[in-house]
Amino acid sequence: MKKVIAVALAAVTLFSLCACGGGSNSNTIKIGVYEPQSGANGAGGKQEILGMQYANSKTPTVEIGGKTYDVKLVISDNESSNDKAVSAASKLVAEKCSVVLGSYGSSVSIAGSDTFKKANIPVIGVTCTNPQVTEGNSHYFRICFLDPFQGTVLANFAKDELKATKAYTLGQLGNDYDIGLINYFTEAAKKIGIEIVGADQFPENSSDFNSYIARAKEKGADVIFAPCSTQYAQLIVEQANAQGVTVPLLAGDTWDSNVILDAAKGKNVKIYVSTFYAEGGDVAFENGFRSWINGDSTNLSNNGGNDIIAAVSVMGYDAYYTALEALKKAGSVNSADVLKVLPNTTYTGVTGKIAFDNQGDAVRDTAYIKTANTSTGVWDFVAVQGIK
Amino acid sequence: MSDFIQANLPYILAGISVGGQYALIAIGYTMVYGILRLINFAHGDVFMAAGLIMIFATASLPMYISIPLVIIATVLLGVVIERVAYKPLRSAPRMSVMISAIGVSYLIQNCALYFTGGLPRTYPAIPWLSDSITILGATTKRVTAITPILTIILVLALVLFIKKTKVGLAMRAVSRDFQTSRLMGVKIDTVISMTFIIGCLLAAIGSLLYFTNYQSVTPTAGAMPGLKAFVAAVFGGIGSIPGAVIGAFLIGIVENIIKGIGWTTFSDAFTFVLLIVILMVKPTGIFGEKNTDKV
Amino acid sequence: MFKKINNALNPSLRHPLDEQNKRTNKVALMIFLAIVYVFAILLDNVLPANGITLMLIPVLRKGAIYALLCVSMNLLNGFTGLFSLGQAGFMLIGGYVYAILTIPQASHAAVYQYFDGGIFQFSVTEVFGNVLGPFLGNVIGAIICIIIAGLVVAVFAALIGIPVLRLKSDYLAIATLGFAEIIRAIFQWNGIGGITNGSNLLRKYTNLDNLVWNVGSLNINFGTTFAFLIVTLCIVAIILMINSSYGRAFKAIRDDEISAEAMGINLFKHKMLSFVISSFFAGVGGALLAMFQTTIQAAAFTSAMTYEILLIVVIGGIGSVSGSCIAAFLYIACNEWWLRFLDSGYLGSIPVGFFRGGFRKVIFSIIIMVIVLFFSRGIMGDKELSFTGLLNKIKQFKNRKALKQAAEKEGE
Repeated sequence: MKKVIAVALAAVTLFSLCACGGGSNSNTIKIGVYEPQSGANGAGGKQEILGMQYANSKTPTVEIGGKTYDVKLVISDNESSNDKAVSAASKLVAEKCSVVLGSYGSSVSIAGSDTFKKANIPVIGVTCTNPQVTEGNSHYFRICFLDPFQGTVLANFAKDELKATKAYTLGQLGNDYDIGLINYFTEAAKKIGIEIVGADQFPENSSDFNSYIARAKEKGADVIFAPCSTQYAQLIVEQANAQGVTVPLLAGDTWDSNVILDAAKGKNVKIYVSTFYAEGGDVAFENGFRSWINGDSTNLSNNGGNDIIAAVSVMGYDAYYTALEALKKAGSVNSADVLKVLPNTTYTGVTGKIAFDNQGDAVRDTAYIKTANTSTGVWDFVAVQGIK
Repeated sequence: MSDFIQANLPYILAGISVGGQYALIAIGYTMVYGILRLINFAHGDVFMAAGLIMIFATASLPMYISIPLVIIATVLLGVVIERVAYKPLRSAPRMSVMISAIGVSYLIQNCALYFTGGLPRTYPAIPWLSDSITILGATTKRVTAITPILTIILVLALVLFIKKTKVGLAMRAVSRDFQTSRLMGVKIDTVISMTFIIGCLLAAIGSLLYFTNYQSVTPTAGAMPGLKAFVAAVFGGIGSIPGAVIGAFLIGIVENIIKGIGWTTFSDAFTFVLLIVILMVKPTGIFGEKNTDKV
Repeated sequence: MFKKINNALNPSLRHPLDEQNKRTNKVALMIFLAIVYVFAILLDNVLPANGITLMLIPVLRKGAIYALLCVSMNLLNGFTGLFSLGQAGFMLIGGYVYAILTIPQASHAAVYQYFDGGIFQFSVTEVFGNVLGPFLGNVIGAIICIIIAGLVVAVFAALIGIPVLRLKSDYLAIATLGFAEIIRAIFQWNGIGGITNGSNLLRKYTNLDNLVWNVGSLNINFGTTFAFLIVTLCIVAIILMINSSYGRAFKAIRDDEISAEAMGINLFKHKMLSFVISSFFAGVGGALLAMFQTTIQAAAFTSAMTYEILLIVVIGGIGSVSGSCIAAFLYIACNEWWLRFLDSGYLGSIPVGFFRGGFRKVIFSIIIMVIVLFFSRGIMGDKELSFTGLLNKIKQFKNRKALKQAAEKEGE
């Protein structure tokens, strides 16, 4: 028996060695992709990766210092879990990535951060919106807006466009994204005179939201703010509809997903989300991306079985090009050189102009507000909202 | 009292419906435990798998074929799990079987993750069942009202089956004394397979009702209902079918009232507190039989 | 049955040759540990950073921590026969206590961003650092906080143990699982957010990479060594415990509760002792895991984490300390390093369609099922790996070979 195990282990080791050895030559540059492919945020992580893979398929080479390099994406699954984050990050360091993109989910980004810092590898966060990701770090950058900004934007929108006076908030217990965003929303809402009539936190893996919705109705809220992950969002939409809720549901960038559109289609619900990208912003990109997704069954299943473009994919796409821009500017494949030039790197992508401030955060002063069109099943653009 | 009911009506309604679904899963737990003395950790995942099979089936087949297909496939899955993962360990210590159950649960979840990609999948709307209706002024889906009725009918049928048929007699015998009933000529393997067939059949029906209500299936969707159903089974006295049903309704209702009061942070924790209190006060549950250890 | 217990309880019935073997094994183990420590220091400081060493560091660190967690679980499940599933809950408390005590004063505002800087406004490591200098301060402060973490968990376990330990096998499992879930809910509750930071993670506390000694221009990193040292001390303590009369009583309870009681072993007292000690080390393991992770968040300590540790114990062999250690390192290395290629979409450089995200986990769970079903004794069964044992194995192997050759010769 022990022999069998020994042989199996030896085989595995051999396998992995050949897996590590393959495909690298002097003209290849590696960009690390630090994203969840399993666990609670696995779905979002995969969609973000899709954007990068599409960008990689469009621009598979980059010219650095007069030499053309093949760009290879090295994907490391952090399983949406902090305890797997360190080794997932180490994997990318061990692969000698010049720059790393990711992660979907702020807490894993923070958990992996120190590993990249120690190795002097710059990281470009794609959609991690928690302020703590870049706080006190010189190696972490991000191209998305932050929770305080998003929370304020959403509160303003609720006040200006939805004419709300009473809000109910709902988030997942233990999820720092939900709780953080709700915190900033509440702060901003109180300032501009929206009363928070109820705030609930539901436990992980809940599927019954009827009682929360009933509570919101009972308290007379005229907007329900529920920026939770898509798994729950879908159920909230369904159950709000079943209970005949007519007040708008408001959420952040996580709700910008085809899962929500599917759930809302043919129902009588109003959904508003703030996000990084609005459909129709770049038609050529969208058409190219759609046909790329439809051309491969794996891509299609990673995108949830249809070709609706998630904002995180667009952000992943822009992050890839931002990384290439930094590489070109550095004129070197050395991660330390890339780190030096990244603060001054700018790039105009599909989601707009990307530049970094002193903290390493994106300079973004607007967010797109979209609403789910329940008859056609697509997102309709509503407004560009900023902070007054 | 009437004020309390009036104010909490939506929560009580939701609770009854959830309770009915827990009940259907809890029966699977309680029957398997009664016969094999095994907490079948994979039962909640079988329930989730039934949901996924339905989604894949309706993608290409009409509803009237899909529903029987889902039920048959779920039952098969349950029997296969028993044959492959539990039967070889029949003489092994109880801990090993439980670990095997945990392993199966892990495997089903990971397979689901691999095949669905982890994105929540939308459960198809079953016509009639998922229409919105109004009960006593509260708007809800028709399935909410159907669930408790259907649950009670199914449970009555099951109790009759166990009381009146020969297989039922064998089941009762095996759950009373495994070794002796084997000596008396009861075909243990048939009885155990039958237990899994019934458990999975009810889980499949439960999943139809549950996911019609909550139209989202994720790889971990079975974990919470599974655990709650298990607590319900313990509460009612594990091995007792009416006990499991009463326990399930009670847990469903109290849990929803707690949410209604606003102690949502602890709505899951409450379930476990209840479990621990019951185990402390009356470890055999409300309807459980007393067991004494023999050397 | 009685004879078995009697043998276990009475040391004088052991073979005299055992004593000599024991001494040899002790020396061999010490030499092995010395090599490991030297290697750990070299790995952190001298060896060139390449693809292998960079992965070895996290794998060895986490492997060591998991070894402790598995051994502590094994003490309860394998040696005392108490099937407890509360490990993740105890680790959670340990990790949080450690983190809360060592977050530097200056970082409080940033970490507790929604709770006005939190309630505690001090850091044990900083207090020591002010007196002893940063390195010694970190090391001694960390050790003290780890011990406090363990003690807090032990007290907690004692409280839980009073009601829970009266329960029988599966009921105990499900009750401890329930407690772990309750603990998680409490730690995420905003009501005590000033201490636990609610649903948000804790960070910036003293972690393994902070344990760097600056001597002149030299920076010596003791991260891996520190983790190994604490883990070794704890495992040695557990082994001493197992080999003491208490340990023999534990095994007697495991083998047959009723006979053990008939022989005068106080069941509750010994179960409680085992439960509290196991929990203490789970707390220490939790604190070390927090140090390794650099951040800690209650959401990660789910029952899945307990199952993971339980499965490692099974792979190693229920009732074998060395088995748990070997399995922990193997498991971590496979899961977080060697099997990653299964997710990459490539085998070597050939694209393989079904090698996509999540495939690793499927293969892994199949391997686990195979082990549970066909090799239910795990790597070591309930035996221990020892130097003399290995020598004997090699000798046997050689003998068999020689016999075979002789037989073949005769055949000619």
